[in-house]
Amino acid sequence: MILTGAQILWECLVREGVDTVFGYPGGAILPAYDAMLDFPVRHVLVRHEQGAAHMADGYARASGKVGVAIATSGPGATNLTTGIATAMLDSIPTVFITGQVPSQVLGTDAFQETDVTGITLPITKHNTLVTDVKDIARSVREAFAIAKNGRPGPVLVDICKDAQQAKAEFEWPEELDLPGLMTTRAPRAGDLEKARELIERAERPLILAGHGVLESGSCEVLRAFVDRTQIPVALTLLGLGGFPPSHPLCLGMMGMHGEAYVNSAIQRADLLLAFGMRFDDRVTGNLKTYAPHSKKVHVEIDPSEIGKNVKVDVQLNADLRAVLEALLPAVAPKRHEAWITEITTGRAETRARDILHQAPEGKLYAAHVINDLWEATEGGAVVVTDVGQHQMWEAQYYRHEKPRTLITSGGLGTMGFALPAAIGAKIARPEAEVWVMAGDGGFQMTSCEMATLRQENLDIKIAVVNNGYLGMVRQWQEFFYDKRYAATPMLSPDFVMLAAAYGIAGHRVTRRAEIAPAVQAARASGQAALFDFRVEKEESVYPMVPAGADLHAMIRRPGKPEEEVPV
Amino acid sequence: MKHTLVARVQDQPGVLNRVASLFRRRAFNIESLTVGGSESPEFSRMTIVVDTARAPVHVVAANLRKLVPVVEVSDVTDLPTVTRDLALIRVRCGSGERSEISDLVAIFRGRLVDVGPESVIVEVTGDQEKVDGLVELLRPRGILEMVRTGKVAMVRGISAGNGNGNGHRGQPGQGE
Repeated sequence: MILTGAQILWECLVREGVDTVFGYPGGAILPAYDAMLDFPVRHVLVRHEQGAAHMADGYARASGKVGVAIATSGPGATNLTTGIATAMLDSIPTVFITGQVPSQVLGTDAFQETDVTGITLPITKHNTLVTDVKDIARSVREAFAIAKNGRPGPVLVDICKDAQQAKAEFEWPEELDLPGLMTTRAPRAGDLEKARELIERAERPLILAGHGVLESGSCEVLRAFVDRTQIPVALTLLGLGGFPPSHPLCLGMMGMHGEAYVNSAIQRADLLLAFGMRFDDRVTGNLKTYAPHSKKVHVEIDPSEIGKNVKVDVQLNADLRAVLEALLPAVAPKRHEAWITEITTGRAETRARDILHQAPEGKLYAAHVINDLWEATEGGAVVVTDVGQHQMWEAQYYRHEKPRTLITSGGLGTMGFALPAAIGAKIARPEAEVWVMAGDGGFQMTSCEMATLRQENLDIKIAVVNNGYLGMVRQWQEFFYDKRYAATPMLSPDFVMLAAAYGIAGHRVTRRAEIAPAVQAARASGQAALFDFRVEKEESVYPMVPAGADLHAMIRRPGKPEEEVPV
Repeated sequence: MKHTLVARVQDQPGVLNRVASLFRRRAFNIESLTVGGSESPEFSRMTIVVDTARAPVHVVAANLRKLVPVVEVSDVTDLPTVTRDLALIRVRCGSGERSEISDLVAIFRGRLVDVGPESVIVEVTGDQEKVDGLVELLRPRGILEMVRTGKVAMVRGISAGNGNGNGHRGQPGQGE
C-alpha cells in the first residue's frame, strides 16, 4: 500500500491504539493535519502547545495509556518543552510528534526552524529526527515501545515536512529492532532472600511507597503484603492513591510537607522498604542525617536510581509487582504493635495542631475548601492540581483511596499544569468526576485552555484557591527572607467574569458554609463550573522541612508549643 | 577514582552527542572518551574514562545504559585488560639530534613518522603510562604539537565472555 508520510504517521498512531491527540497546527505539520481528517482520531485543539503537552500527560496519568501531542516546528515545538520536561521528571509515557522544516533546508535557519531534537535531548527518554518517509513507521513504532518500556517517559519524533509529503510503501514493522531497550529483570533469589531476612528481623520497619506502586500495578499486592507483615506505609506525593488512607497502617505523605509523625517514623525506623520511589530531595531532606538507624531495601525498575542519593543495603532492580508477588508468600505474618503505637501516638498531636480542628473565627482556609470538597465528592473525584501551597494542602486533606485519582506535577513542579492536564484526564476517563485545583497564580499561566474545555464541551470543575499571592513563594519569603514579599502579591482578574467570558459558570465563595451547597449545585448541573475560593491570604503549609534541613527539623504551626520531634 | 567503561552503541547519527549530553547534564566528569568502529558495522565502541568523585560508577554506567542506542556497558576497571593510547608528538629537532631522538623513541617502541628541517613527528602506542613516560622525556626538547587518541580498552581473553564486545552484563547498575 503506497501512502504519504503523513498517512503513514496516522496509520501507525491508530495501530498503536491512539484515539485522541492534543495539538495545534502550523506550517511544517500541515501535511499531517490534512491527512488526519481521514483517520478515526479525535483532535483536541489547544490554545497553547504547552497545554497540549500537559493534556497528553494528564491523559496518560489518568488512563495508564500513552498520551500523544502534536505541534508544528519552531515555536510550536519549543512551547511543548515545559510539558515534555514535566512528563520526563514524573516518568509519564507520552509521545510528541513535531513537524520540522523540509530536510533540504535543515540547518539553514529556515523559517520556524529550531533544533528540536537538540533542545529536547535532555528532557526526553529518547528522540528522533525523521528526514526520510521510509523511517516514519519504524520511528513511531519505536517511540511507543520506548515510552512504555521499563520506567516510562516522553519520546519525541520530529518529522520533516518533505518526509510527510513523500510517498512510500507502508509496512508495519512487526519486529522491533531496538537492541538497546532495557529489559526488566526478574528479581534475584539471593536479593529477595536478603530482603526477607531484613523484614523478619526488623522491629521498626516502614514502607516508603512511591509512583512505582501505581506504574507497576502493585496496589493490591502491596495491600496484601502490608496486611501480612503489618508494616506501616508512608507515601510520596506521586505515590498518593497507591495505598488507601482508610487503611489503619496508612500513615500518609512523607517529606517536606509530610506530617511530622511520618517523618519522625522514617528517622526512627530500623528498616526502610523503598518501593518504586527515588529518594528525591523533597522526601529525604538532608541526606547526611536521613534515616540514620535503618537498613534500606530499594526496589526500583530504573537501575540508575539505585544508590544515586541514598546508600542501600539490598537492591532489587526489578519490577515492583514481581518483587512483591515473590516476597508475599515468603514473609512470615508479623505484628509490630509497639512500633505502630509509637508512630500513631504522634497523630493526636498532629490533629490538635491541624487548622481544621481549630476555631475558624469566620475565616475561610484552603484546608476547609479541600476537606469540604473531599466530603462533597465522597472522596471519589480525580483531582488534578497545579503547583504550590494548594497542591500540598490537597495532598494533606483530600484522601485519595484509589490509584490515578491524584494527578499532579511532582518532579518538575510545573505551574500551569492543572487545567490542561485535567482536560487530558477527563477525555481519558469521561465517566470520572474531574476537578482542577489551582492557585490564582498557576491558573493564570494556562487559563486560556478554558476555551479548549468549552470547545470540547467537557464537564470539569475548577477550584481556584485564591489568596492573592504566589502563596508558596510568599511562604518561603515569610520563613526565610524576613517577610520581604518580592513579587509575590498578585492582582488577578475577576475569575467569575473570566469564566463567564469562556461560557463557564463561575461562583465566588467567601464563607465555609457556602462551599458544600455551591459544589453540590455545580455537580448536579453536569456542566463545567469554576469556583473562586477566596481563602486566607497569609496562611502557610505546615509542617515544613526547610530545603536541605534534617527531615525531623520541621517548622510546625505557630500558636502551639514548639515540640522537638523525638528521634 | 577513575573508572574505565566500555560501551557498545548502535552506529547512528547523534549517539556521541547523546553520551556527551548525558555526562554534561549529570555533571559526570569525563577524563577521556574515544569512539570508533567495532567488529560489527552496526555498532561502534566507546571507551570512556570517568572520574567517579561525583557519582558511583554503577550510577554512571546505568545512566549510560539507559540511552536507547547504548546496547551494552561494562566497567572493565578491575578486569585484566589490554589498553592502548596512541600519540603523535611533534618535537623540536635539529638535523644533528635525529638519531638521538630516534634511539630514545625506539626504547618505547615508537618511531619517527615524519622529518622536517626543525622538527620530527614521533608516533607511539601503548598504555597511558608508557606514552606519558615518553612525553615527559621529550618535553625538555620542546614539544611543538601533540595529539593523543585517549584510551581504548579490551578485556583479555581469559576473562572475556562471549567475544561480543566485552561480553559482560548488558545492564549494569547494581554495583556488581
